[in-house]
Amino acid sequence: MNSVPPLLQASGVVKRFGPLLANDVAEFAIGSGEVVALLGENGAGKSTLCKILYGYYRPDAGKFWVVAGQPVTIASPHDARRLGIGMVFQNLSLIPALSIWENVALFLEDLPWAIGPARLRRRMQALAERLRLSADPRLPVGRLSVGDRQKVEILKQLLAGARVLILDEPTKVLAPQECDGLFRTIAELRAEGHGIVYITHKLHEVMICADRVSVMRHGRIVGTLARHDASEATLLGLMFGDPSPADALAPSSRPAATGAMALELDGIASVPEAGATALHDLSLTLRSGEILGVAGVSGNGQRELAELILGLQRARRGAKRLWGEDATHWSPVRIRAAGVASIPEDALASAIVPSLTVRENLALGNGRRYRAGFGLDWRALAADMEGSRARLNFPPLPADARAAVLSGGNQQRLVLTRELAHEPKLVVALYPTRGLDRRSAEALLGLFGKLRAAGVALLLVSEDLDELFALSDRLIVLRDGRIAGTFLPTSFHAEAVGPCMVGTAHAA
Amino acid sequence: MQRDLAMNLHGLATPAARQRAWRALAVGLAGLGLFALLLILDGKDPLRAYRDTLIYVFGNTYGFSELLVRMTPLLLTSVAVALPSRLGLINVGGEGQFYMGAWLATAGALAVPELPVWLLLPLMTELGFVGGALWALLPGLLRAAKLVNETISTLLLNYVAPLIVSFFIFGPWRSAESSSYPQSPAFTDAARLPSLGSTRIHLGLLYGLVCLALYGWLMSRTRWGLEMRAIGGNAEASVRLGIPVAGYVIAAMAVAGGVAGLAGMGEVSAIQGRLVANLSPGYGYMGFLVAWLAGGSTVGIVVMAFLFAVVSSVGDILQITQGVPYAVVNLLMAIVLFIVLAERGGARR
Amino acid sequence: MSASFAAAALVGAILSGTSLLYATLGELVGERAGIVNLGLEGIMLIGAAVGFAATSLTGDPYLGIAAAALAGVVGNMLFGYVVITRHANQLAAGLTLLFLGFGASALVGRPFIGAIITGLPRYGGFDALVWLAVPTALLLYWLLFRTRWGLAVRAVGEDPAAVFATGRRPELLQYQALAVAGLLGGIGGAHLSVALTLSWDEGMTAGRGFIAIALVIFAKWNPLWAVVGALTFGGAESLQLALQASGADVSPFLMNMIPYLLTLVVLVFWGLKRRSAAPAALGRTFFGVE
Repeated sequence: MNSVPPLLQASGVVKRFGPLLANDVAEFAIGSGEVVALLGENGAGKSTLCKILYGYYRPDAGKFWVVAGQPVTIASPHDARRLGIGMVFQNLSLIPALSIWENVALFLEDLPWAIGPARLRRRMQALAERLRLSADPRLPVGRLSVGDRQKVEILKQLLAGARVLILDEPTKVLAPQECDGLFRTIAELRAEGHGIVYITHKLHEVMICADRVSVMRHGRIVGTLARHDASEATLLGLMFGDPSPADALAPSSRPAATGAMALELDGIASVPEAGATALHDLSLTLRSGEILGVAGVSGNGQRELAELILGLQRARRGAKRLWGEDATHWSPVRIRAAGVASIPEDALASAIVPSLTVRENLALGNGRRYRAGFGLDWRALAADMEGSRARLNFPPLPADARAAVLSGGNQQRLVLTRELAHEPKLVVALYPTRGLDRRSAEALLGLFGKLRAAGVALLLVSEDLDELFALSDRLIVLRDGRIAGTFLPTSFHAEAVGPCMVGTAHAA
Repeated sequence: MQRDLAMNLHGLATPAARQRAWRALAVGLAGLGLFALLLILDGKDPLRAYRDTLIYVFGNTYGFSELLVRMTPLLLTSVAVALPSRLGLINVGGEGQFYMGAWLATAGALAVPELPVWLLLPLMTELGFVGGALWALLPGLLRAAKLVNETISTLLLNYVAPLIVSFFIFGPWRSAESSSYPQSPAFTDAARLPSLGSTRIHLGLLYGLVCLALYGWLMSRTRWGLEMRAIGGNAEASVRLGIPVAGYVIAAMAVAGGVAGLAGMGEVSAIQGRLVANLSPGYGYMGFLVAWLAGGSTVGIVVMAFLFAVVSSVGDILQITQGVPYAVVNLLMAIVLFIVLAERGGARR
Repeated sequence: MSASFAAAALVGAILSGTSLLYATLGELVGERAGIVNLGLEGIMLIGAAVGFAATSLTGDPYLGIAAAALAGVVGNMLFGYVVITRHANQLAAGLTLLFLGFGASALVGRPFIGAIITGLPRYGGFDALVWLAVPTALLLYWLLFRTRWGLAVRAVGEDPAAVFATGRRPELLQYQALAVAGLLGGIGGAHLSVALTLSWDEGMTAGRGFIAIALVIFAKWNPLWAVVGALTFGGAESLQLALQASGADVSPFLMNMIPYLLTLVVLVFWGLKRRSAAPAALGRTFFGVE
């Protein structure tokens, strides 16, 4: 590292969101002409730190300096821009209906009142050529490929005078061939003296771009290495921590499941909606009395997989079989009626109706089971739900309270009571312990174990490797909509699964 | 059932409900006060008008009956808004659905005028419902297919329906009698909804109360109502739980349109006795406001419709006794509404 | 078709379409900022009544137009306060404004019913507002698409959060857009009473405010297309007379239906292609279909 003062320096940055400690960073600096990678798993605090640097969040504590060593306050993106700091977010902040030059114009502060579009376009031209952005600046941004949109974002920030450019997981939205273009651009900007902060969870990108790597875990920077000092092993060790003793308990003695084939996916490819991940050539099997764990960094197709199984998403190719029957085109109602239950990731958003009472929420999704004249057999429903609640050992919830006032944990319990009331044969659980406190989470996992013992087939999607290791009979890793690896209990170690999740140079 | 009724009544007596009632009273008084101020500036005597209205409306059988006459279409057009609103749909097409109900009912009255009343009236009632339902069906289908939002499609169709009515009045259904303005031939007696004694209160009031009661019952007591409320509360969760959202959207819009169509049928059958242009002084839009103010509750709708009717009586009194144009009463309505909108803010969608 | 009848039809369309065009342009600006005003008819009525009254009082039709414009601004500011600052439902607030317009215009206009006024003077057969109509459309086009203010207003209608992130105040921009809308709406109403009929009658706008709302959609929120649309929507009746003169007997009612049905067809078309020219934030209030 050179002795020229860094472009941007931060120290003692602390940020809490309620009880959650998002950032506790002692030192961070970026100099001219260097690329610093911020590496870490989801939730490690990388984005938060950068949003603080960009003025999007105000930290609880922290001091910042720019070039000449002057202390500064970054109270808003406005301030950050004036200090020459720019950030390209994951979900780009462009307005799709407006053209490229209009989006840029909206961002710049030094334009005359009567924008001369032609003049602005000329100003943009040189930069656009350097960034290899060939699209006509009059095109609406919505018509551009995501890669080009990203270039517009970068152009916008550079034109506004950014010397430090923060890129938040830029390859997340790019196709593989577009990534090369991005790396070339980064190299060029670096050569011109810009400082680039590159947020990522992908190891191989770090090895390509970065001069230095800072690894973050649980909100802290746990290590900073120069690239030539960094190896996959050391980085992974910093990212995931040392193997915990819990791994030693990996139940390698669990017998292979021999129950009936509950679910089969055969060469499934799905049609992605906007912003979703497409599934490619996915094949898996799940037997009764088996827990199949699905690991992977969030956003690699897990939700799409769950929705496909539940009948909420259509398969473009391939087949899906439930208990031997071809269920590829079954409606969600039919799938539920066949004994499939769903525990989704955000109960409030996708499984309960906040404005209805607890009792009414329990009545939903049961099809025609409780029909009584024009209404419902509330008594029978209450009896069944009470039985379910007792089996699950949950505390009772006030039947006439609106679901909106329940805590997150109670909302989750409401969903579980309902979903498990009729002894489903297949349960699809999507990040079920997210948002739960420790006790509830452990109770839930214990419940899953009991379900397995009772012969239920369970698909468990989770980001928590400990959880997955403790429960799964088999584990698959999803990356970019494909199965990147399959693991048996004997190989349930972070060093084996981790690289598969984040994609090393070999496994790319 | 008994327990629920007790809870509802109890709900009326809670501090929260009392506070709401006081607020409503304050808003009403503020509105009346501002309006009175404007009238005074115009050289009129608002207090006399208010007093005269109260005497007319509450001290006079005919006056009170006129209130009920005015309420009748509002009861129906507000249900036409309230029902879809529980699913999260916005139906501003009450006007058009009103006209189309009137139109189809007229078609029946003109086609088979010789039918006896016990056949003709039910037929016209059905036709009124069907006319309005079909007019709302198209927006419902478009929304279910995720093509066009129902707010704009119903709004556009509001313009088309009166034109259809006018086309028929000026054309195929033009009355042979010479008259200062075109209209359809008068309906036979059999086609007229019976009225109560010497008042103008007609069977349409019963239609309104029945539809309102059915709406309330449907929403709170049936499983379809539960699923509709689920859709309105969280459409995504409803889809995941297997509720047929598209089917409900179409059905709700169609039924809503039908109810508004009944209002139109009532207007031509009971009040006008024929099909004329400018059938509705904005019943559809007033229904929207009534439903919005009432928050979709059945009791609220009755109260709000009643208040709208009282306010419009103030307008009549002002016109008769002090020569103020009736349209000025809209000012009173608007003032009160603006106050409600300003203080309630984002409480409603 | 006889040339003189066609010419007469065109003149009729232009005269009739002018007030429609002003109102449409105003509503267009408001909707570009994300706000739909169902009460436009009320603003036009207020404009017509105030314009007529002011002209009668002062004897100067231009002052009358100015007064009408001011009244329109005031009306829209009331609407804006409730919708922007108090976050009230736009549709309910718009309908309230509608009733306000009916009532206030009746109150203001009553003493002047039957009054004789000197209308706007005509030059070459058309008054100043007619001559200025198309230039106004052009000005608005330039304003919306070539200036920083217009860009910010359009951005607010697409994504108020993004605009906020650039350090601007979306609410202020929306108020400004509504002020322009009120000004033009008031002028649109006043043109009817002060230039065309030279009279005031309750409800004389006869639904033009609502036609303008449909016209904005028809014009795809573009001021230039609004000119074409105003001629089409406003000229339907004129055209029908011309057609009638040439022997074809088409009901004016059927002719008047066409623009609305056409707009609906266009909307279905957009829905099929998953493409909408509506400002996205307006879309969420008014058009969201998901």
